[in-house]
Amino acid sequence: MSDNDQQLRVSKIRNGTVIDHIAGGQALNVLAILGIDGTSGDSVSVAMNMPSDRLGHKDVVKVEGRELSQDEVDVLSLIASAATINIIRDYDVVEKRRVERPSVVEGVLECPNHNCITTEDEPVDSRFAVGDDGVRCEYCDTIIRDDLPAHILAE
Amino acid sequence: MRHDHIISAKQLSRGDIETVLDHAADIAADPGAFADRHSDTLLGMLFFEPSTRTKMSFTTAMKRLGGDIVDMGSVESSSVKKGESLADTVRVVEGYTDALVLRHPMEGSAKMASEFVDVPLVNAGDGAGQHPTQTLLDLYTIRENAGFDDLTIGIMGDLKYGRTVHSLAHALTTVDARQHFISPESLQLPRSVRYDLHEAGAEVREHTDLDEILPDLDVLYVTRIQAERFPDESEYREVAGQYQIDADTLAAAKDDLTVMHPLPRVDEIAHDVDETTHAQYFQQAHNGVPVRMALLDLMLGGDK
Repeated sequence: MSDNDQQLRVSKIRNGTVIDHIAGGQALNVLAILGIDGTSGDSVSVAMNMPSDRLGHKDVVKVEGRELSQDEVDVLSLIASAATINIIRDYDVVEKRRVERPSVVEGVLECPNHNCITTEDEPVDSRFAVGDDGVRCEYCDTIIRDDLPAHILAE
Repeated sequence: MRHDHIISAKQLSRGDIETVLDHAADIAADPGAFADRHSDTLLGMLFFEPSTRTKMSFTTAMKRLGGDIVDMGSVESSSVKKGESLADTVRVVEGYTDALVLRHPMEGSAKMASEFVDVPLVNAGDGAGQHPTQTLLDLYTIRENAGFDDLTIGIMGDLKYGRTVHSLAHALTTVDARQHFISPESLQLPRSVRYDLHEAGAEVREHTDLDEILPDLDVLYVTRIQAERFPDESEYREVAGQYQIDADTLAAAKDDLTVMHPLPRVDEIAHDVDETTHAQYFQQAHNGVPVRMALLDLMLGGDK
């Protein structure tokens, strides 16, 4: 089965973004990172655990009517480092790129250290340096290696 | 010094450390020569949790440089009680003063505060995070007593929550000291400090028993095991007694072992150690004044 066939399992979109090659089982975390919870009216299609030559199993997310910003793509890289981003306009792929891990993510993750100043009511966003095998709070130095999606800040 | 703010020992290079310690030695040798150095300077003291030594030594240091302090007072008597944010507090007080000293119970507080002010800010302890000026006076004491060359140091007690330990461990990587950490397993170094020591290529060993390493040490740095950190008091009682030293304990040590402690101590160093030549913890506390004078002088432009 070709990638094209797989993408057709859920309806093609006219305009928006197709996030392909998400590691199997991570699609809902991708939606969480993008702040998509179904309440905004965005039309979203999700395919999970589809066969993939590269990943074994992969998830695909299609978001109608929304082109992801570079900031959003950067953050996606934390949990979907192999993902590809396809920007769709009038049913055609007009841009295709892979995600790249940023050096820093701001305001995206909540520090798990309850004694970190970023968890207080202060005018400061959380800020994590991104390393090869985890992220590190730039305020209190706490390192998160596993289960990053559990630390995604609620919208 | 190229740093406007002193937030973490990690930002201090070997050169920075030597600059401060050399300047502190000059000041200690002739304090009168620096008496009017900063006669127009006001230092803002923002202590959000209790402190005796750190607060008094910063106060003394500023006054011995000819300057003065403005003290926020206790949290109970300040606007913090009304719910004012730390960011607002520092922005207000920076308008009154030439530099700020901040002690706060939350990790990362000094870094955050420094992002809201233009005057130099010194971290005087942020929760279990960092305490860089304590580290500078610790290093001054170590250099005076044992030197930095071929140094083997044991750091014992609460390594998990002890901010003085975290700062000192980072700084000791700049002098290539061999570091031995002695603690109950439940109070071992946090992941971030282990990671940094590993990245710095530091020679590090961990122990649960002081006897394993005591004869090799040039310096033994003892910290208080904090009963309040244990989820179960019986767990604390199980380990606490194993991390106390007395004069008999030190019979197995080198004759010139230096024993240090950031103070306050409770019962981890028996009073009979005070009378031995090993004890340097009171001198260590006294060293806080010339070291903080040196740091303030450099930060405020004394090297011009």
